Amino acid sequence: MTVTTQTVNVTVDGVAVEVPAGTLIIRVAEMLGTAIPRFCDHPLLSPVAACRMCLVEIEGQGKPQPACAIPVAEGMVVKTQHTSEMAQKAQAGVMEFLLINHPLDCPICDKGGECPLQNQAMTSGRGDSRFDGTKRTFPKPINVSAQVLLDRERCVSCARCTRFAEQIAGDHFIDLLERGAKQQVGISADQPFDSYFSGNTIQICPVGALTSAKYRFRSRPFDLVSTPSACEHCASGCSLRTDVRRGTVMRRLAWDSPEVNEEWNCDKGRFAFPYLREGRLTTPLVRDEDGNLVPASWPEALRVVAAGLKATGRQTGVLTGGRITLEDALAYNSFARDVLGTSDVDFRARAVSAEETAFLAHHVAGRGLDVTYGDLETAPAVLLVGIDPEDESPIVFLRLRKAALSRRTKVFSVAPYTTAGLAKMKGTLLAAGPREEVAAVHGASVHLTEPGSVIVVGERAATTPGLLKAVTELAATTQARIAWIPRRAGDRGALDAGLLPVNGRDTSAIVADAGTQVKGLVIAGVSANDVDGDLVAAVQRAQFVVSLETRHTDITAIADVVLPVAVVTEKAGTFRNWEGRDRSFKVATPVAGSMSDADVLGEIARELGSELKPNDFWSSVAKPELVATHTSAPSVGAGQAVLSSWHHLLDLGTLQEGEPYLAATSRVAVIRVSPNTARQLNLTDGATATVECCGLKAVAPVIETAGMADGVVWVPANSEGAALNLPSGTVVNVSGGAS
Amino acid sequence: MTLTPVLTAHWDDKDSYTIGGYMRHGGYTAFKKAFAQGPDDIISLVKDSGLRGRGGAGFPTGLKWSFVPQNDGKPHYLVVNADESEPGACKDIPLMLANPHALIEGIIIASFAMRANHAFIYLRGEVPHVFRRVNAAIREAYTAGYLGKNIMGSGFNLDVVLHAGAGAYICGEETALLDSLEGRRGQPRLKPPFPAVAGLYASPSCVNNVETIANIPHIVNNGVDWFRSFGTEKSPGFKLFAVSGHVNRPGIYEAPLGITMRELLEHAGGVRNGHSVKFWLPGGSSVPMLTPDLLDTPLTYEDIAAAGSMLGTGTPMVFDETTSVVRAVAGWLAFYKHESCGKCTPCREGTYWISDLLHRLEEGHGTESDLEKVVELCGQIAGRSFCALGDAAATPFPAALKHFRDEFVQATTTPANDTFNPLAATVFAGATR
Repeated sequence: MTVTTQTVNVTVDGVAVEVPAGTLIIRVAEMLGTAIPRFCDHPLLSPVAACRMCLVEIEGQGKPQPACAIPVAEGMVVKTQHTSEMAQKAQAGVMEFLLINHPLDCPICDKGGECPLQNQAMTSGRGDSRFDGTKRTFPKPINVSAQVLLDRERCVSCARCTRFAEQIAGDHFIDLLERGAKQQVGISADQPFDSYFSGNTIQICPVGALTSAKYRFRSRPFDLVSTPSACEHCASGCSLRTDVRRGTVMRRLAWDSPEVNEEWNCDKGRFAFPYLREGRLTTPLVRDEDGNLVPASWPEALRVVAAGLKATGRQTGVLTGGRITLEDALAYNSFARDVLGTSDVDFRARAVSAEETAFLAHHVAGRGLDVTYGDLETAPAVLLVGIDPEDESPIVFLRLRKAALSRRTKVFSVAPYTTAGLAKMKGTLLAAGPREEVAAVHGASVHLTEPGSVIVVGERAATTPGLLKAVTELAATTQARIAWIPRRAGDRGALDAGLLPVNGRDTSAIVADAGTQVKGLVIAGVSANDVDGDLVAAVQRAQFVVSLETRHTDITAIADVVLPVAVVTEKAGTFRNWEGRDRSFKVATPVAGSMSDADVLGEIARELGSELKPNDFWSSVAKPELVATHTSAPSVGAGQAVLSSWHHLLDLGTLQEGEPYLAATSRVAVIRVSPNTARQLNLTDGATATVECCGLKAVAPVIETAGMADGVVWVPANSEGAALNLPSGTVVNVSGGAS
Repeated sequence: MTLTPVLTAHWDDKDSYTIGGYMRHGGYTAFKKAFAQGPDDIISLVKDSGLRGRGGAGFPTGLKWSFVPQNDGKPHYLVVNADESEPGACKDIPLMLANPHALIEGIIIASFAMRANHAFIYLRGEVPHVFRRVNAAIREAYTAGYLGKNIMGSGFNLDVVLHAGAGAYICGEETALLDSLEGRRGQPRLKPPFPAVAGLYASPSCVNNVETIANIPHIVNNGVDWFRSFGTEKSPGFKLFAVSGHVNRPGIYEAPLGITMRELLEHAGGVRNGHSVKFWLPGGSSVPMLTPDLLDTPLTYEDIAAAGSMLGTGTPMVFDETTSVVRAVAGWLAFYKHESCGKCTPCREGTYWISDLLHRLEEGHGTESDLEKVVELCGQIAGRSFCALGDAAATPFPAALKHFRDEFVQATTTPANDTFNPLAATVFAGATR
């Protein structure tokens, strides 16, 4: 398919250019290096031409015209403020109007120093004010959500925030209210701005009207040192900018990356960073004769680790978790396979299967940049299997929503119910509980007939036996491409580095065999409730356990040696996102003596008389055959249902600790069942119920969900009041009340 | 020039607002003729008649209809703008009160011409009595079989929905009206796309004024030549002139376009006794004021424009010498400030500022430099706002200052109420009624 772009010839400030037809005047000026002042204009939002700041002269038109809303036409002659008195006067007039009701509180405003209004007042405004009346004021500030605060008197009514909420996030919970000079952004009385993407409105606000509870009054922009970063919270791979003041991260902003996150990010990536400082491990810890973990010097700790691992040698399991960078992953792989000589390595801190291991080895690992965000945006159809992008990879959600709204892309989802995210993507539910997913995937072939279709598989697909096999078969029959989207930022890099047990024990087997065939454990970013199995018991059974961690966890408390490693801002590195795209970042908060996982592993290797030799694992390895796992599913008795579960974006995850404003915007846990299932289980819509299994309990209100698969109960995996952390497919007891 | 009651011919009948009263004088015959002629012929007929929109802009109606793309497979909508809110304008409301069926028959013909099967009447919400009356008329028309499915066996379907606004001047702007009708906040839309291409519910739509539509049955029944026998070449036809202010008999006078203000004043019983015209506005507060020396200007779109004003809604306001022009203009600006929708900066902030300055003047404060400042501020609004409301707000002051500078200068030291006793300008202060 060839795309021919029609071009037109236009003149801007006397410079003749040929540009694609339909380009807005303001964009053409940008191409020529001419900045036309603007407030409401945003390249990713539809034009409104409300602020009137970008008025320019178009030859032949008697009135100045908004450059942000008018596409160029053949022969158009445009004069900006630089060459037209009409444009210059119009802009000066608008600037004067914008300032009459704007408070002169720049010295205490968060935006002061990086404020488009401040900057453009300097370029287009007057030195003094002709306004000597009374400014319009509002009580300040008001919360539009727990995190986002609004100072209405600073607002210039550009409608960027409201357009973002409606057009990009699909969370139309803020809008302009009232009229005239009283016009203001607001929320409905009983509904806050409930959006995973609310922080973006703060960033695109061209004045200081929207601020975050996290950053408000904390710093001045000119005191910040900025570092380009990559987000460590999920596999989306957002570009971020980390702003640091005297060694402390003050805020994080979404940074431009047109191929990936465009200019957006989610609130987790933006606000969840207090964990970088709180609860940190500062020195190595070694267990003394009395069994107490006591601080130790690095040489001592390394000696103890070397001795311990020398003893366990090939009988050591290595669990790396998903927080590690590509560089760290390569180090772990070499450390495990070359230094220790073990093949029992797994990056997956969750439920796993042999079927998934083979699937990843054949269809994902080492494949390089394959399906991209751009491919999702242009795909005629996208089938989601085992993933709810809004919760599990929010930037994928934004891109799919954009695609769906452009009417190019149809989204289908094999899931138990129509989630809020699926509805916002105008998606179609292929209703299936955990046990019906294989059939639903086979049945989805009719939706993927057009070339360019994509099957997006989440890591949860591993919990349904036969599902990944079915996905590969579907891809083979429809020619659709497969994109695998894990949950954690380090997952794809770890996989590509070789941390997959193609010829060894996987996470479950390592946990199961700990203390017997697996005598030693090296554990990085894994918490006890991450894995399917009793990791705490495994650690206690094992002969020797070393934990490489950033913060105190339930594992560091029981390990034999704990080695502190650098958090993401203390090191440079690369996260490989789900596309296979490398997202490199630099040190944002340099800390003397802080060592990355790779540094520490290198020291241990040296202590063992060896060294790390990171290599290309996948070029030489034999891949296991992909066979559907068959397990006999446990029967579902009376008062029981099959669990479906995944993580809310904002939940009890440890990397979100220390940020109460963010936590207050998380979704409240609910128990979802179909109306039929509610009847069978004697559950009442809105009333409290309990989901129980394996000694764990989730207590939350019931929501009868129409169209949901029967026999299934859905609860969030790790939310307040509902932290079962059990894989989908588990048979659970469900009862009314909080018993 | 004599009055020519056409639309108003039978408003004196006791049952003028009923279907019976309307049909006694030939009502509901035009649409049958229209059905016999076909949609394209009706559009041509209206084009040839030269009928211009009566809502204020004076855009040729037939041309506007012809912009609606035909046979495009999309639903089309006719929307009647009955949000009459212009200060001084009071012609559509009486028309709907006295003869709602004229509007409904016009709607049938207009919808037929532009192939719309749904028509909406967007009525300002402050007139519940009119709402009830129009609703009753719609019900009568349905009962008579003039609305609904397969009207009179023609195969043409038409449903008419009456919608009450919530009290916003901006909703008289056609795209803000469409947003409001769709259930959104009434704020003007970015054009293009124009309503004819993507209007109501993103479908081809046409928004017409009540009086415009009420003209249609008469044009169909009597023909182009008859219609053009009224008025001038560029402003053919007749018009409801709603004369208000300091006249002895304020009211609606239907006359051919081209009648002069002086003639209208005579019909309205002249300026109230013992007083003389100080200034007058041809069509609502949004047009520049004129002085008594221009009373002989024919009330046509072209002549009033040449005289430096606009015909607008054709609802002249007459003010005698008891009026404080400062108070009048300050009042209008308070209105525009109150009604600015807030969408664009010049109108939102400009009306706030100007209204503030004028209020100060009215109170006897301010400086002479404030006068120049307000003129400049008006210049910063006019032609730069998002919609015509901003232009309207920027209109009254510069014209007023041009004619009455001394009075504004005096207002910088003396409150307007001291110079002009507000009681003297009231109806009960020596008024004859």
